[in-house]
Amino acid sequence: MSNPTNLKYTPSHEWARLEADGTVSVGITQHAQELLGDMVFVEAPAVGRTLAAAEECAVVESVKAAADVYAPIAGDVVATNGDLDGSPENINSDPYGAWIFRVQPANVADLDGLMDAAAYQTHVDSEAH
Amino acid sequence: MMTLKTTPLNAAHRAMGAKMVDFGGWDMPVNYGSQIEEHHQVRNDVGMFDVCHMRVVDAKGDGVRAFLRYLLANNADKITLPGKALYSAMLRPEGGVIDDLIIYFMTEQWFRIVVNAGTADKDIAWMKEQAAQHAPQLTITSRDDLAMVAIQGPNARAKVWEVLPQTKAATEGLVNFQAADCGDYFVARTGYTGEDGFEVMLPKPQVEAFWYALSKVGVKPIGLGARDTLRLEAGMNLYGQDMDETVGPLESGLAWTVDLKSERDFIGKVALLANPPTKKLVGLVLLDRGVLRGHQKVVTALGDGEITSGTFSPTLEKSIALARVPNGVQLGDAVHVVIRDKMLAAKVVKYPFARNGKAVVGL
Repeated sequence: MSNPTNLKYTPSHEWARLEADGTVSVGITQHAQELLGDMVFVEAPAVGRTLAAAEECAVVESVKAAADVYAPIAGDVVATNGDLDGSPENINSDPYGAWIFRVQPANVADLDGLMDAAAYQTHVDSEAH
Repeated sequence: MMTLKTTPLNAAHRAMGAKMVDFGGWDMPVNYGSQIEEHHQVRNDVGMFDVCHMRVVDAKGDGVRAFLRYLLANNADKITLPGKALYSAMLRPEGGVIDDLIIYFMTEQWFRIVVNAGTADKDIAWMKEQAAQHAPQLTITSRDDLAMVAIQGPNARAKVWEVLPQTKAATEGLVNFQAADCGDYFVARTGYTGEDGFEVMLPKPQVEAFWYALSKVGVKPIGLGARDTLRLEAGMNLYGQDMDETVGPLESGLAWTVDLKSERDFIGKVALLANPPTKKLVGLVLLDRGVLRGHQKVVTALGDGEITSGTFSPTLEKSIALARVPNGVQLGDAVHVVIRDKMLAAKVVKYPFARNGKAVVGL
């Protein structure tokens, strides 16, 4: 699966998508879910929490391991994906559909500081060595 | 960088799409896709595991039974039926666990021993040292020429017979925890999953063909990931996690394997009698949402304990763990587990958690 070109990426393997309503959805990448394996638990940040960029704010746990999720940009949490409580495996089957939380960005231009799909792929390839 | 050790099935794992990991210095498959699917595959049908990294040791000579009676915490005298196996801890004189292992009684001149991969060299050195002192007539041989494959699940035996029809007559009458020596194939009705099945030892040059032959009749390869969730559901200890040289068997849920009642002397007995356990191993089920993991702190009314092994149980669809807690903690007690910055509710339960395809009733 290739990384969608309409998303932005972090070195810590989160993706961020600017929605039509101006909020930003956040999830973990195909590469991240593949490394972690079968997802069994997702702990999203509380709605209303204010996040700094790169702040540790969510946890995804697979059968194998727990991994922290970092905020790609600063903003207030406006929603969490309740579907993942009962079906955390959606992250495995559809990593770019299964958003974990949404933020109202402090500054939407912060997205420009993240990697595009090609830069992220280069980053993934470099980590493999 | 240290070179990883490989089993003779390494190329087969890669050909079957395995994700490989460094497992105690061995390049081993952690899964071939979904760990949870592999787990259910074994509980519901059949799967095969590369356990070539484990070590087979043959102890041969007159008086081998008497030597094992002294070497091991469990009593070798319990096995008298040819081929019968016994699970035991091997202890330090101070009472810590050197390893847990299985011995098979073949003849009064031959017992076969299977030990863990990570401890094999130290185990064999210890056995040889003890034999030199107490039974110098014995030969202790590491069978580095043998490979081992575990085939586990309700349909495991039938699949092995499909591939090795010549072993059927000798193995269909095996009871649980009994083996038959069938020439090139040593077939044992043992395993580490809580399911029926065989562990087959065979010459290394034949193991790849055996693996592919099993695959051809529908036996799916299973990685170490599912091996861990299966053994934990089955309430089986993992050496290095649930016990090691710093803790005794009585604090590791292994009292059932330690025979302190008979007159028999064995290495570690004096230390066990002098130091009654203050902790014990219990099962935990997490009531809140989350996943129990090794080394998380367990808070009980009687003091703190620690999780030794924890995971998400695919059969129960809940998180389960083994934990070492103060001795007075009772079944049904409410405890808390510290996960990150939270105190999550858990309950002390009897284990195994699951066996023979099903959750154990009463959880």
